[in-house]
Amino acid sequence: MKFAVIVFPGSNCDLDMYHAVKDELGEEAEYVWHDSKDLSGYDGILLPGGFSYGDYLRCGAIAQFSGVMEEVKKAAEAGKPVLGVCNGFQILTEAGLLPGMLLRNKNLKFMCRTVGLKVENANTLFTNEYAEGQEIQVPIAHGEGNYYCDDETYENLKKNNQIVFSYADDFNGSRNQIAGIINERGNVLGMMPHPERAVSDLIGGSDGLALFKSIVKQWREANVSHA
Amino acid sequence: MKKVKVYVTLRESVLDPQGSAVMGSLHKMGYGEVEDVRIGKYMELMIEDGERNIEAMVDELCHKLLANTVIEDYRFEIEEAVSQ
Repeated sequence: MKFAVIVFPGSNCDLDMYHAVKDELGEEAEYVWHDSKDLSGYDGILLPGGFSYGDYLRCGAIAQFSGVMEEVKKAAEAGKPVLGVCNGFQILTEAGLLPGMLLRNKNLKFMCRTVGLKVENANTLFTNEYAEGQEIQVPIAHGEGNYYCDDETYENLKKNNQIVFSYADDFNGSRNQIAGIINERGNVLGMMPHPERAVSDLIGGSDGLALFKSIVKQWREANVSHA
Repeated sequence: MKKVKVYVTLRESVLDPQGSAVMGSLHKMGYGEVEDVRIGKYMELMIEDGERNIEAMVDELCHKLLANTVIEDYRFEIEEAVSQ
């Protein structure tokens, strides 16, 4: 499986994302610059964390109009897996690929630590290697991770099982401790915690690896003939 | 040439932790009368007169980029400006 790691000016988790899929999973990965006009050669799209365009105006606000975002939308429409982590999640909400918005943490602090996450929905292409309700340990590193949406959006998210991860504790003010959501179709996931930073016990934990394994597993089942 | 003043404010339904922190500080300073603080953004745009309807254009660019209407409201004022 071949992944594109999109690099915006100001991305800083692109190397971690690349390392996770290339070195830990042994899949193909390439960096793709933000003005690229073609993502047709990739099977999965990864939007890494960081501070695209310096977080000017709002996190992800300017990145949503990067040339590559039209291609990311096309990939999402084609049903390819699209994963946005941290700033990548913020970009996906700004671009309208996921509902809601990430606000400043309620304590106004940038928070960087490992937190407990509950897998709310293990029946997605991103989480099939987890068990429903499983608690995993994944690092966060954000100042604007306070998920906000209106009541109607929240009811829809709940009804459609679009809440994929929630925090074990409320530390940033996210509505119902939401940490990650998926689109209705189930192929676009945005999450504030960093699974790509939890892919080896050597770096403090490997609970994030199953997320990438899930993507690959689903893709193989759909695309590789067993005949 | 037009000078456009754009005000972007948080929607009432959205909590403003920054505003709350500032209000707490004002209270400590002895301004207990301050009942609420909401922090927003102010932007100035200089726009050349042209074919496009400026009001429609500013509304569109506010909606598309300057404000995120999931959490923010915006309003703007258009003034005549002397080009430099």
